Amino acid sequence: MEFGKELVLDQVTFAIKPGVLIGVVGPNGGGKSTLFNALVGLQPLAHGKILINGHVPNHRSGILSYVPQKEQVNWRFPLSVLDVAKLGLMSKGFGIQSFRFGTDPLVKSSLEKVEMWEHRNELVSNLSGGQRQRTFIARALVQQADILILDEAFSGVDVASQEGVLDVLRDLRNEGKTILVATHDLNTLSDRFDEVICINRHICAQGHPNEVFTKEVLIELYGSHADMFDGHQIARHSHVN
Amino acid sequence: MLIDFILDPFQFSFMVRALIICICVGIICPFLGAHVINRQMGFMGDALAHSVMPGMVVSYIIGISPFFGAIPMGIVVALLIGFLVRKTKISNDTSIGIMFTGLFAIGLIMISLMGGLTVNLEDLLLGQVTSTSVSDLYTTLFLTTFVLAVMCLLYKQMIFTGFDYEGATVIGLKAGIIDYILLGLLSIVIVVTLQAVGIILVVGMLITPAAAASLITNRFWKLVIVGIIFGVISAIGGLYASYYLDLPSGPSIAMISTIIFCGSFAKKQLRWPKFN
Repeated sequence: MEFGKELVLDQVTFAIKPGVLIGVVGPNGGGKSTLFNALVGLQPLAHGKILINGHVPNHRSGILSYVPQKEQVNWRFPLSVLDVAKLGLMSKGFGIQSFRFGTDPLVKSSLEKVEMWEHRNELVSNLSGGQRQRTFIARALVQQADILILDEAFSGVDVASQEGVLDVLRDLRNEGKTILVATHDLNTLSDRFDEVICINRHICAQGHPNEVFTKEVLIELYGSHADMFDGHQIARHSHVN
Repeated sequence: MLIDFILDPFQFSFMVRALIICICVGIICPFLGAHVINRQMGFMGDALAHSVMPGMVVSYIIGISPFFGAIPMGIVVALLIGFLVRKTKISNDTSIGIMFTGLFAIGLIMISLMGGLTVNLEDLLLGQVTSTSVSDLYTTLFLTTFVLAVMCLLYKQMIFTGFDYEGATVIGLKAGIIDYILLGLLSIVIVVTLQAVGIILVVGMLITPAAAASLITNRFWKLVIVGIIFGVISAIGGLYASYYLDLPSGPSIAMISTIIFCGSFAKKQLRWPKFN
């Protein structure tokens, strides 16, 4: 992938099995968001291709759902939790959905699944970080996407709420959804994710969190700052459930 | 007595035309204004109003309705600003500021160079809804119907792109095209509104009723409905004030919408319940 003439992401080759929860880690500017933007079709590829189930994805089919970073959302719009979840219906029609009265059963079940039905009439701008994430996940469920991509899902979300979001993601993973989450938190990777993809302008490693974080990979990811991980074991933090 | 007060102005056909145009303006301005205030495009609205000046002057010079010069001019300027913002590193407000001051200056110079125009500068700047023609009325009705139809058809799409541009794109919406459509509609609404309140006050009609509604509502659709109610009250109230107090129509309409805003602000400060 290129921005202008600058190559920002290169040698990005990886495969993901369906029904796994994947953490994507790397330094700021390492290309996590760029990779996600490419996957969801926001960023054109300079070279190469992305295949889902062997086919180039048609983004209008709604197979992919994207939960953006909170900074990318215009929170000024006075929309309720229900309003946001209903936006997921847009993947199934154009315009006519706007005038449907009552609540679609799919919207109700999606909000119930993320435990946001009781908050359906609250403004999303008034919610906590975790509740906002769960609302956007509900929108993805309404969209009936098979693949969920969450950019910086835990940024600004307190630890208890992070676990709440993760519980929802694990349930979805168990139902067969494939989920990619960009995160900075290396400490909890082994407890939270089935696999990690390490990225710093290229794919540095992919695999189980307990296996991929070698000294070499950390240096590739964080350069001289990798020293701060000396004596630190990713798997040591198994006390977090 | 009250009936006479209400009906007396409309013994004149020009006041009936003005009333219908004011109602149209009162409806379409807050409908679009709800998007304008939530997308922070108020400056864009002000800029578009000033930028259509050369198009309007050309219309007067060649003796056609100002709509025919102003609407294409507004659409081109709106799309050009949108393009500049997307394609250059110049910030949004800088691009808008450059375009609108330059084009407004060209319009003023054209007026000063061309003698004998059928319109005076004050009418352009402050509006004169009571001097609109029958063809202006029909054009306004057509454009109002068109704007309302597009806004209703793309109601959720416009909310989605304004709220979460990337999310809307990923789900398959042509978010960029929807944004350009919004800009195109904005330019049409501004040109329609220019008749009522003029270049200087058009942004007030666009954003003030919607902003007043936003203070006392907590949903987008309620903001639109209450904004339209405020917009129509402002436009009709301003028309009555203009008739009975012999005031210019544009400032009267803008003044009433500002009074309504102050009322909404007071209601919010006093923490009365919102319309739920």
